[in-house]
Formats: sequence, structure tokens, C-alpha cells
Amino acid sequence: MKGILLTGDKPVIPENTKMIPVYIMGKRYMVPETLTIQKAFEYAGYQWIRGCGCRGGICGACATVYRIMGDHKLYFGLACQTVVKEDMVLAQIPFYPYKRKYHDVENSEPTAETMIANYPEILKCVGCNTCTRACPMDIKVMDYINCAIRGDIERCAKLSLDCIMCGLCTSRCPAQITHYNVAMFARRLTGAKIYKRANHLKARVQEINSGKYDKFMKELTELSDEELKRRYVEEREWEPLNSRDIGWKPQDERFL
Amino acid sequence: MSGYPESLRESIKLVEKSRAERVERVRRGETFKPLTMDQRKEVLSKFHPDYMEGTKRVVNVGPDKGQYFPNELADLLEAHSRINPKDFDLKNPDMETDVLVIGGGGAGSSAAIMSAKEGCKVILATKLRHGDANTVMAEGGIQAADQEVDSPYYHFLDTMGGGHFLNDRKIVSALTKDAPIIAHWLESLGMMFDKYPDGRMKVRHGGGTCRKRMHSCGDMTGSEIMRVLRDEVRNLSDNIDVIEFSPAVELVLDSNGRCAGAILYNLETEEYYIVKAKAVIMATGGFGRLHFNGFPCTNHYGATADGIVMAYRAGVKLRYMDSVQYHPTGVVYPEQNVGLLITEKVRGLGATLLNVKGEEFVFPLEPRDVESACIIRECTERGNGIITPTGRVGVWLDSPMIDMLEGEGTVKRELPAKYIQFIRHGIDISKEPMLIFPTVHYQNGGLWMDENAMTEIPGLYSAGEVSGGVHGRNRLMGNSLLDILVFGRRAGLSASQYIRDIKLADLTLSHVEKYEKEISDAGIVTDRISPMILPDYIRDEVKAKEKTSKYFGTLR
Repeated sequence: MKGILLTGDKPVIPENTKMIPVYIMGKRYMVPETLTIQKAFEYAGYQWIRGCGCRGGICGACATVYRIMGDHKLYFGLACQTVVKEDMVLAQIPFYPYKRKYHDVENSEPTAETMIANYPEILKCVGCNTCTRACPMDIKVMDYINCAIRGDIERCAKLSLDCIMCGLCTSRCPAQITHYNVAMFARRLTGAKIYKRANHLKARVQEINSGKYDKFMKELTELSDEELKRRYVEEREWEPLNSRDIGWKPQDERFL
Repeated sequence: MSGYPESLRESIKLVEKSRAERVERVRRGETFKPLTMDQRKEVLSKFHPDYMEGTKRVVNVGPDKGQYFPNELADLLEAHSRINPKDFDLKNPDMETDVLVIGGGGAGSSAAIMSAKEGCKVILATKLRHGDANTVMAEGGIQAADQEVDSPYYHFLDTMGGGHFLNDRKIVSALTKDAPIIAHWLESLGMMFDKYPDGRMKVRHGGGTCRKRMHSCGDMTGSEIMRVLRDEVRNLSDNIDVIEFSPAVELVLDSNGRCAGAILYNLETEEYYIVKAKAVIMATGGFGRLHFNGFPCTNHYGATADGIVMAYRAGVKLRYMDSVQYHPTGVVYPEQNVGLLITEKVRGLGATLLNVKGEEFVFPLEPRDVESACIIRECTERGNGIITPTGRVGVWLDSPMIDMLEGEGTVKRELPAKYIQFIRHGIDISKEPMLIFPTVHYQNGGLWMDENAMTEIPGLYSAGEVSGGVHGRNRLMGNSLLDILVFGRRAGLSASQYIRDIKLADLTLSHVEKYEKEISDAGIVTDRISPMILPDYIRDEVKAKEKTSKYFGTLR
């Protein structure tokens, strides 16, 4: 397109960009300092098969562990979200073995007993908090495991809501807990057993199954184009933003 | 301290200068004037990439021979198969199953669950990990008409209007009628919907809806849906065999023209497997990674139109496949985030769009296609774009207005994922604007199917973004998460009924041979290979030094 620089997903690297050394699985490559870890691998010549997903920080495929050469500390991050630094020593975690139990949401109660029966190893948590430090989403992992032990399932669910199940917590745990599956079960129990069910939704499903809307839908599928457009333009009352506060009701109730 | 370089700050100052007055105008309910229908048409025809000269070409093979498709897709349709049918002994399949689901996103997972619950043996084959799909990236929500002031009738009207009235009405009827059933199903599986304490769903408006019916789980609705579905698939592991990193590369038919399985390619061992199945559900998602016209995209790494290519070779027609949805607000700066989505919610919360001079130039809530065309016009013909240090161009999306309008802390609370994404690069979007330009977002069209997810080929079903007809030529927010679940479920149910009395005849790949012949008859000489499977982001400088490696399509 005229006058617009469009390069798909290939990064633009200005001429004066500083090149820095990074070590991909121990091997040295010079890469532009502006790239993310993910794009630095690609710049170096790697085509991702494992270790690459949404490229936007939400899928958990690109969990990365790194050190800075000469520094004793381990760092954790998502390759698609972390910009490279000089002397980074990088490794991807393409897969990490996990434990998972059958999550019987229907027949389980949201209690400590349920969690402990399925994941008894949570009782062996030594409180080191390494899981929390490994989390690229800044989730308080140890805290939610504690909630599971105490039976505060809803808090366990809410604390873990941002979890992308990348498995970095699990890779670091001395008690060998698979944290993210504990959290997964807790969230499902919360959604199904702690949150109240939506009565209006149940009622609407019954109405649909009883065929209440069938005649409207048939009418709509058979209307002329002109009449359909007319109804779209003229007969759709717009629900105001504050409808809940004012108890808004549409004037036309024929099709409700 | 600004996270923007010096070269952009002059323009930011102009944005700041006009901000207070713009906030006042929004408070008074005044907006930049929306375009009339005629003005919309004009700006689309001149500035939307779909309508621009040179962005499409005729495809000379296959069931839609003679029709126009975007260049990048046309290249994949006029390409050779990855396999030579003669290499395969179809009498000895490597695996057999009742239902083969191709794709491990929301559509594939819900289809697999439904078929398994109906007692079928299911193989779910997926290119990357189970759950690696655009589903996880959907932020905004899922539509369902479940409030007393709403009904499927209005959801239908909204959806048709959004799609320029070109949607398949029977399909839209199924979509809108099933929507509450889907929400109810998700609730029973334990999805954590945003709710009031009494259990009532919290609902919001989306662009183009007349009633509030957008259901959510924070700003990670798709991620939550995918987690729950994947967990349920894992619960059903007795009946569902998940095979990861093994994309399908061709469909297999039987001698009576029924769909009878697929050829899978193990990306790690590089083996090909013959899977014999009584029914196949195509759920491979969209095509964002084709980077139409060089645009960046919001999509997942695997969105390469594989299912379109396979089904087209087998004889399925395509519907509205020339229609690409460009999301108006993709990131332009910082360079690390180019193309990533900035949700429509930012404009819904009151932020306006501004050019280099700090002036408004478009109503912020035009339909996505119109909004995108206006931004492109501002940056090209009018020359009012902002140039980044890497030479890209964009316009400002003035997010700091949100805290001024809705109170301090609103940006952080309502857009937590976006806030973190920018603050990592030193930009506080509650205090500084975001630089944006349109980005490839969604495949509006796709495989021709009916309201029960059936294609023209008996035994082949289609679900999710790979399908066409659901959204016409423009999709509304909140209808894609719905689409994948409604038609995933319908495909799973349809397939499990269909297989009951199916006896397959001899398996065949003759359609692949026939397609190859069409290519040579049409005089097409090319070394292109499809499906693409993975995008190619390796630099030419690196490739030039790979003296002994051979690329087959985009794969080494």
C-alpha cells in the first residue's frame, strides 16, 4: 500500500540498532536489542514448532527460563512479551509433564476435602513461594494453593483467574505440585457450584426448547430484504447504558 | 517519564492540548459526525484493502474457478499438495475412528465433546498444542440473548445488519437461537462468567447491538472458555484421543464421494499418518497469518487457512472468502507489539482517534471496515499519520480520556491486559495515548455449510472461523466465540448421528490427483505448496546460508 510500511510480522530494524549477544540454549547469536525473545530466535534462524502460540501473551506456549551470564539468578517470562537483554542465556520449556485428575465438577463439592482427595500433594507445600516467583503473569500461586488447602475455593479461583497454564510454576515446585490443574479444578467448581446459577438463563433455555421463538425465527428467515432492512433500521429500540439502574423496558414487546 | 521517543512527543503535546475540550464534548454527548451510508460506501471503495485494485486475483482451479480471492489466498489455492497420493496405501490406515476433528480450538473442542458424549470414538488432531487457537485471544465476550428485554429475534436482526444483510439467514437463526443454550452449557461446565451475586449475568453492549447481551469473564473471555473446554476434553480421554503437533494436510474420501478421514503430518517425526474416519469435522480456524497486503495480524501463529485449502481441494465451495476483517486498532508502537489487538472496548469507553495534529477525523464507533478505511485515508491521501522511529505510520487512540471520563483507575481496571502490555515498554496508557493502525483480524467468509454444519461432501462438517455465511461480510464483536461453540456443538451432534449407519467404501485421494491435473491444465507453473501449516518468518540472509536445506512450502 502506497506510503505505508507494512512488513507482516517481520520486525523493522533500523540501521543504527545495537546488536547484542544472546545465548540460545548456550549458543551465541548476535541479535538486535529491540526484539522480543521470540523474534530473536526467528532472527537467528529458528522456525518455531513448539514454544510458539498466540504471540500475544495469553496462550502460555512460550514459557522461557533464562539467566544473565555471570548472574546466579533464574528469570522467567513469556518469549513473546520479553525483550532480549545482553548476555541472556535462553531456554524454552516446550512441554512439562503434569498430573491431572478427572475433574468431576458435577459430583464434587467445592471443599478442601475435594481438593485434597484429588491433589493430596498440595499438603506438602513447603511455603518456599518459588512458584509465585516463576509466574510470568504475576499470579500469587502459593497463596492460591493455600486457599485450596483451606477450602477457600472461590478465592483460589479468583487468585488464579489470569493463569495461562504455561507450567513454569510446576517446573519449579519442590513438592511436585501441578498448581495450574489444582486451580483449573477450583475455577470450574467455583463457576458451577459456588456462583449462583442464572435463573433468567435457565428460563430462556426452556422457552427456546419449548419452541417459543420458532415462529419469529421462521418469519425472519422468510422476510423480503427490504422488510428485514426496514425492521433493522426502524424497529430496534436501543437499550440505554444505564438500563439496569432505571429498570428499562422496551415499548415493543411483541418479539420478546 | 514518557515511554515514547522524542520524535513522537511533539504530536503527543498536540493531543494533550485538545484533550480537555474533547472530554467535555463527549460528556455533552457530542461526537465526531458519523458517515452517511453514501460516504461509507465511498471511503470503503477507495481505502479498504478489500476494495483496492491489485489486492485480489482470479483463481483458475477448483470448485470456485473463475472467482476472485485475495492474492495471498489465491496463491495457496493454486498450489501443489504436500503429498503424492501414490505414496499412500489407503487400504492400511494407521488409525481408525468414528469422528476425526481437525483443529484444537474452541470449535474443535466443543465438537469433540459433543461427539464423545453421543458415544463416538473421537480423534482430535491439532497442529500445535490443544488450545492453541484464536479462541484464547478473544477478549471482549460472547453474545447470547438471555435477558428479559432481549430475545433471539433482536440478536438475529443485529447480526444481519452487522453483516450487511448478506449472512445466511438459516445459519443466523441457528446461531442466535442456540446462543442461550451455549451460555447455559458453559455455566454448567463451570465457566466463571461475570455475574451479580444473585447469579444474574452481567451483560454489556457491543458495536452494533441494540440490547446488552455481551457476556464476559474479565478481558479474557476466550481464554476462560478454552481452558474449560480443554479441561472437559481431558475429562473425556476415554473417548477422545488428542494428537498434538499433527496437522491434517489432505482429506481422504471414499469411492462413493463421502469424507472418510485425513492424512496427518507429525511435525516432529515428519511421518504421515492415514486416519480413517466415518465423519470429519473441519475446525481449523482462520487465515490471519497470511498477512494480506503485508498487514500485520492479531491472530494466532497457526492461522494459515489450512482447512480452506484441504476442503477446497476436496470440492467444497467457498462463501465470502474474499472478505477480510481488518480491525481498526492494532498496535503500531512499540515495534515489539506491532499488529496486536487493542479491543473495541477502548473506544466503547470513550477514547477518540486523532491525527498527527491532535485533531479528530472519524467517529470512533463506525463499523470495523469503515473505521479502518478512514484511518488508512488519514495516513495516506491526507498525509496526517504519525511516523514511528521504525518508519511505520499510525494515528493516536487517546486512552487517557477514559480515566477523565470514568474516573481515575478505570483504564487499569477495565483493560488490565492492555495496561500490562504497554507498561512493560514504559508506556502508561492511562496517561499517554496509543499509536494504532488497522491489522488483519478475522476471516469473515469460509467453507460453504448449512445450519447443521454440514458441507456438500457427505460426512464432512465445518465449524468456527473456517466456515462462511455466519457473519456475512462483517462480523460483530461477541459473535465469533458464539459461532465456534454453536457450530462446534452442532457439527459434533450432526456427525454422531450421521455415522450410525455409515459403511465406508474404498478410501481414495483421487480428488488430490484431479486437482493437480486441473493445475497443470490451467497452465499454472509453480513450486508453491499448501496447506501452509506454519508461517515463514526466517530472514532471507539466513536462508541464503542454508546451503543444503530444502524448503517444502514454508517448512524446512
